[in-house]
Amino acid sequence: MSIDIKMAWRNIWRNPRRSILTISAIAFASVLLVFMLSWQFGSYDTMINSAVKIHTGHLQVQARGYNDKKSIRLVVSDPAAVGNVLDDTPEVAAHTCRATAFSLVSSSERTYGVMVVGIDPVREAGVSTLKKMIRQGSYLSEDDTDQALVGELLARNLKVGLGDELVVLGQGRDGSVAATVVKVKGIYRSGMDEFDRSSINIPLKNFQDVYAMRGAVHEVVALGKSLEYVPEIKKAVAAGIEDIGNEGHLVVLDWMELMPGLIEAIQMDLYSGFIFYLILIVVVAFSILNTFLMAIFERTREFGVLLAIGTTPGRLSKLLLIESTIMTIAGIVVGIIAGSLVTGYFQVHGIVISGTSELMRQFGLPERMYPQLSMLSASIGPAAVLVITFLTALYPALKVRRLRPVEAMAGI
Amino acid sequence: MHFQLAWRNIWRNPKRTVVIMTAIIIGVWSMIFLGALMRGISDGMVRNGIATLTGHIQVHHKGYRNDPVVENSMIDPEVVKTAMERVLPAGAQWASRVRVNAVANNARHTAGVTFVGIDPAREARISFIGKAVTEGRYLRDDDKYGIVAGKALVDKFETKLGRKIIMMSQDTDREIASRAFRIVGIFEAEMQSTEKQFIFVTKTAAQHMLKLENGISEISIILPDQEGVKQVADNLRAAVPSADYEVQTWRELLPLITAYLAIYDGFMYIWFIVVFIAMGFGIVNTTLMAVFERIREFGLFKALGMKPRWIIKEVLAESFFILLIGTAIGNVLSFLSVFALSGNGIDLSALASGLEFAGMSRIIYPAIYSHDVIVANLVVFILGLLVSVYPAVKAARFTPVEALTHT
Repeated sequence: MSIDIKMAWRNIWRNPRRSILTISAIAFASVLLVFMLSWQFGSYDTMINSAVKIHTGHLQVQARGYNDKKSIRLVVSDPAAVGNVLDDTPEVAAHTCRATAFSLVSSSERTYGVMVVGIDPVREAGVSTLKKMIRQGSYLSEDDTDQALVGELLARNLKVGLGDELVVLGQGRDGSVAATVVKVKGIYRSGMDEFDRSSINIPLKNFQDVYAMRGAVHEVVALGKSLEYVPEIKKAVAAGIEDIGNEGHLVVLDWMELMPGLIEAIQMDLYSGFIFYLILIVVVAFSILNTFLMAIFERTREFGVLLAIGTTPGRLSKLLLIESTIMTIAGIVVGIIAGSLVTGYFQVHGIVISGTSELMRQFGLPERMYPQLSMLSASIGPAAVLVITFLTALYPALKVRRLRPVEAMAGI
Repeated sequence: MHFQLAWRNIWRNPKRTVVIMTAIIIGVWSMIFLGALMRGISDGMVRNGIATLTGHIQVHHKGYRNDPVVENSMIDPEVVKTAMERVLPAGAQWASRVRVNAVANNARHTAGVTFVGIDPAREARISFIGKAVTEGRYLRDDDKYGIVAGKALVDKFETKLGRKIIMMSQDTDREIASRAFRIVGIFEAEMQSTEKQFIFVTKTAAQHMLKLENGISEISIILPDQEGVKQVADNLRAAVPSADYEVQTWRELLPLITAYLAIYDGFMYIWFIVVFIAMGFGIVNTTLMAVFERIREFGLFKALGMKPRWIIKEVLAESFFILLIGTAIGNVLSFLSVFALSGNGIDLSALASGLEFAGMSRIIYPAIYSHDVIVANLVVFILGLLVSVYPAVKAARFTPVEALTHT
């Protein structure tokens, strides 16, 4: 075995220029894949985290059917009991309750139909980034009642500023007219236009009074310690709400069910990435196939001699495969190291793609993006390169078995 | 003579030539074909954006874009109409609309929507709604109380054809105007968000409800030829009083799509370069091999008096043929693949909510842009020849004596 490796190693350096070019081709593909996959994974993480923090939380407990219909009548009638279940689940980092109702909101000049969201000011701050998004005025405090937070675009559309009054007119849970007057206490901006022009937030207690909720809420929102815990939490919470006698009325939905578009868009991006990467690797494979093929073109005589002195064809194949594998591994190692360095650099400094900040904002992404190097992102691409180049190298390695000693020695 | 020599040389080792050509073919194919797919996606976005009530050019009252309310209406659209008659090229279509935010409700549900009053015949020629009604019928000029709503909205409202929807919006007196309409048609659109957002009545009904008289919110124009959009918009801008009106092209009206287009452009050229680098290693290596194999031959040429310059030309001619055949076949294959898919397109409906999230159409029709094809071929060709200079120079430097003693 060791003699084979030694021979292979020497064979590689018989033509250093060629071997280095081949190794560079492999390293190039590996660097690119390490960087691109880290970039993709990094942006997915950012996207999911910001969407979770702005919109849904990691998971929610809702009345069955509420997620589709958003009807005010489909409520979680005992949020405290659900809250206890969440408190008993160790992986849950924070949770809060929300209630929503579509209502007409009027300023002195304008009227718009928006979502009025009742939030628990203290708990909400632990789950969502709403508090950090306040651009003017201040966030709701615990004992506020007739105060409201308004999205920046909605405030502009309504032509209101801090301290101005808004008349809210909607329909309560029991069908009664729900009407109240609130003062603008804070104006927030998420950067997502759709979000910033479609809702106002008022204290949950006030919401429950105005909309005759009788203590009920629409969503119990939970944030896990991290994304990985979500399936575990979901299972625990689903079991927990069965125990408190839910009888199929409540459901536990995770962020993927709450935002199916997000996860599908991520999958789409991944799939299309894979198509590009696969094609790239195949082009590289054909690019280096010639180097491997040369082994037989150039060394036919040599192989004839080796066969004549008793080397088995199997050993020749092995020798060739060792040669190509050493080159591939060299390329991959260089690729992983260089790729990690490049990725690491950008992971610290971030990347700004000019002219995209507006677009990124709408997906809840910051202008400066950071790739996320991980074991997975550093290994998948190079592993694929390894497999495909190995398959490429099989062809010449198997071909060599067909050589006949006499003809081979007579060849060039 | 170089060419003849080069042509024969590349076929001395056909297997090697075929392998490197295959790399070039796959590379060129992937550049053009994946480029066409990306263009298909962005074309779909643009087409969808334009059809979803944007048009190529829009005219608004100044301030409507920032504050789309009934006060910012064009009270006297005749001014714009006369300007359009003068400026628009033959074949251009336009329609005027009332378009305000409103609240739709029925007994069970309430939602915020965009309430659009249209001129049924004109509108059908410029936006998606003319062909989108799948249940019931499209609006007629005399529909005083008819309304066309999107399928997603109708489902959400748990209602159906013939039922009532009450619309509420602020009128010109800043009072809440409300009026009951009956669903006469249900439309389906590319995006669910479109189905939920827009609700259509006749322009006269909307004007009546909002006390607008002849006022309108916007004029949308479709030109026969997309190329001239900017020019026409400039002409129109000059022809209407700039203190009262705003003229904008779809690129300004759909900034997100414009940003997407720029990203796609950038991404495509990066892809071209990346694929080329992957092929480049192979091209250099193969040409180097071909050269080193023939050291004796080149030595002999030189001993016979061939100038180094000719040797460079000869080696480059070999690369030229390999690149030529490779790109030609790559082009043909990519055209064939695009052609095969252009009929039915690539149906991605299975990922509908992901597409909706990303703003993409459900079916992608690959689109070949001659500009991309030219760039792809030029990149491969010019850079391909450029990297072949290195082995060619190597070949030209062999000294006759050294080379002839080489075995």
